[in-house]
Amino acid sequence: MAVAQTLTINMGPQHPSTHGVLRVVLELEGETVLRAVPYIGYLHTGIEKEAEYKTYNKALTMTDRLDYLACNNNNMAFVLPVEKLLELEIPKRAQQIRVMMCELSRLASHLAWLGTHALDMGAITPFFYCFREREMILDMFDMTAGARMTPSYIRVGGVAGDLPDGLMEKLKKFLKIFPGKLDEYEALLTKNKIWMMRTKGVGRISAEDGMNLGLTGPSLRACGVRWDIRKAQPYSGYDEYEFEIPVGANGDVYDRYLVRIQEMRQSARILEQRADGLAPGPVKAKAVKVTPPPRELLHGSMEALINHFIIFSRGYQVPAGEAYVPTESPKGELGFYFVSDGTEKPYRMHIRAPSLMNLQALKKMVQGRLVADVVAIIGSLDIVLGEIDR
Amino acid sequence: MGVAAQPGGFQDSDRALQGAGEAQAGLEEDVRERVLTTRLETMLKWAKQVSIRPVEKVVTWARQRSVWPATFGLACCAIEMMSTVASDFDIARFGMELFRASPRQADLMIVSGRVSRKMAPVLRQIYDQMAEPKWVISMGACASCGGVFNNYTIVQGVDRVVPVDVYVGGCPPRPEALLNGIMKLYDKIQREGMKKG
Amino acid sequence: MEEDPVLDILTQKFPDAVAERKTWKDERTAVVLREKLVEVCLFLRDDPRLSFNTIIDICGVDYLGEEPRYEVVYHLLSIPSARRIRLKVRVAGDDPRVPSVTSVWAGAEWPEREIYDMFGVAFEGHPDLRRILMPDDWQGHPLRKDYPLGGIEPWSERY
Repeated sequence: MAVAQTLTINMGPQHPSTHGVLRVVLELEGETVLRAVPYIGYLHTGIEKEAEYKTYNKALTMTDRLDYLACNNNNMAFVLPVEKLLELEIPKRAQQIRVMMCELSRLASHLAWLGTHALDMGAITPFFYCFREREMILDMFDMTAGARMTPSYIRVGGVAGDLPDGLMEKLKKFLKIFPGKLDEYEALLTKNKIWMMRTKGVGRISAEDGMNLGLTGPSLRACGVRWDIRKAQPYSGYDEYEFEIPVGANGDVYDRYLVRIQEMRQSARILEQRADGLAPGPVKAKAVKVTPPPRELLHGSMEALINHFIIFSRGYQVPAGEAYVPTESPKGELGFYFVSDGTEKPYRMHIRAPSLMNLQALKKMVQGRLVADVVAIIGSLDIVLGEIDR
Repeated sequence: MGVAAQPGGFQDSDRALQGAGEAQAGLEEDVRERVLTTRLETMLKWAKQVSIRPVEKVVTWARQRSVWPATFGLACCAIEMMSTVASDFDIARFGMELFRASPRQADLMIVSGRVSRKMAPVLRQIYDQMAEPKWVISMGACASCGGVFNNYTIVQGVDRVVPVDVYVGGCPPRPEALLNGIMKLYDKIQREGMKKG
Repeated sequence: MEEDPVLDILTQKFPDAVAERKTWKDERTAVVLREKLVEVCLFLRDDPRLSFNTIIDICGVDYLGEEPRYEVVYHLLSIPSARRIRLKVRVAGDDPRVPSVTSVWAGAEWPEREIYDMFGVAFEGHPDLRRILMPDDWQGHPLRKDYPLGGIEPWSERY
């Protein structure tokens, strides 16, 4: 008598398609997946514990390494609760620069996502196209902050320094060609029969299940839920920009792909609204104890020198209390929960990582699908192990 | 004993050994083999000067120019590694565009990213599964020395787990820095000759 | 005590379960007794005026030196009404157990495992309570305040 036996295979942590060190143990019957159990922790860095031993400025530099595809969004999510506790007022120009950097990061993240997602499914060309545009964005970060990928440019009190000359021209040049490039990617994939066959109806999840699991971001919007923190609980002046929120209908891999492509168009739209010039003014808040003085003053003024030294060595004291400010990162809702005891180091810093909650949905999405679909679904969730494992 | 008759001075040692007696038969054999090995080595060294050196040149050239890296991207450095593979910083000029998923088919492991204590045994296993000759580039500060993180969970330098050939610094290193590291690896492969594998 | 629609409804329904309430800027916090936690969460999720249908995050805080020592903090979001609330449960250091809310929101599974891993707080009724970030045979709970940053030997000198 033939007895059906299930096969348990291991996928990862070293695997070309798991987007990082993720391990998934699949229980298969033939090629059908009965159960998929993800195992994480292979990239655990102890950032939350390290932050308790560092001043706020130093802890900020570690946040770039969380969601390493969209580094400015991490910095933004870090500074907002600290500024809420410090009750700082951020000048207009700084807010606009922050929005610009966050949207460029969103574009960079979605481009990297599209390139790697298509690569996993066998479409190699979009990888090279997407990274070509991503290089233009990283070039802009390099010009502004000095680093391509880990800028730490958005700081508590504003941004690190004003924009360099030539950046707005570069941005305008980028925005002129970008919609055409997006059309190129869509021409390759959106109506492609093979792409549609591999992604339509795959990895479906309903809106109720999604919300129950804590799913946020484009994956939830693809289920039909119109929820975007930039519109619902705007921060840093997002309510002054005109943009739409793309929403899908079916909650499958194809809809998540479409939602992200449309989000890229909307991000370009946001950038275009300020590409002609930002509001003039300072880029740092007026808080002597928190924001360092301009470098020109350091040569002449003793107080400025002492101030600068104390800010960067001992740090500034943040009033006791707790704060949590949600932001919309390309992956979903990213927020930092701070508990401050009045000293210069955070008492507790907790990172609400969107990819951690999104990955929990994998178990539901994968049931009954084939092994090849697992790769497509993991890719469509757009997870970054850096923020899952922290 | 399986030792073929060789031209040259074996007869002297044979005669010298014959006088030692039966009890030293094992010692005889041992010494005979050692003498034979020394002779062989001298002959090989002479032959190498003439004929192996060109072969060595071809072999090292082939090893250099077609190194296949294994996919071992861990964290942020992996994204810069992907940028190096992409068209702007084309790693295909170095023959390395073919990242093999299976370590059995790979020559080079670019450890790009922080290695946690949970991941270290996996790293060692993948390294052991690679066939000789194999090289390791430790990319980034976290792989080289623990980087920004010095705590309970990050291995302070991947050379505690696998032997490293080239260290590339940076957080993350620019693609040009990684390509520089690869060129240093070329020099190393050249210098090593055929000693490896 | 400031007026807040959500906290008012909550304290009206559970006058004995809510130990403290606080509002600061746009954040509202309620400290809840751990015995009533699951009841309160079910009410917050199912009541049509509130409908907190998403669990955003669960995290732990270690107040070493104070009793109760640990605090488990729940961040909830109501997507239909765009409201947030923070619930806190305080547990003593010698009896760190909290009922699990995985029966209310399925997304609570991994955050609770993380708190178990990092702090040692056990969640009763959790379907799969084991370590998630550290290796399975790790000793100690890293995010506790008395756990050193460099780790405890011999696990810190493993590699």
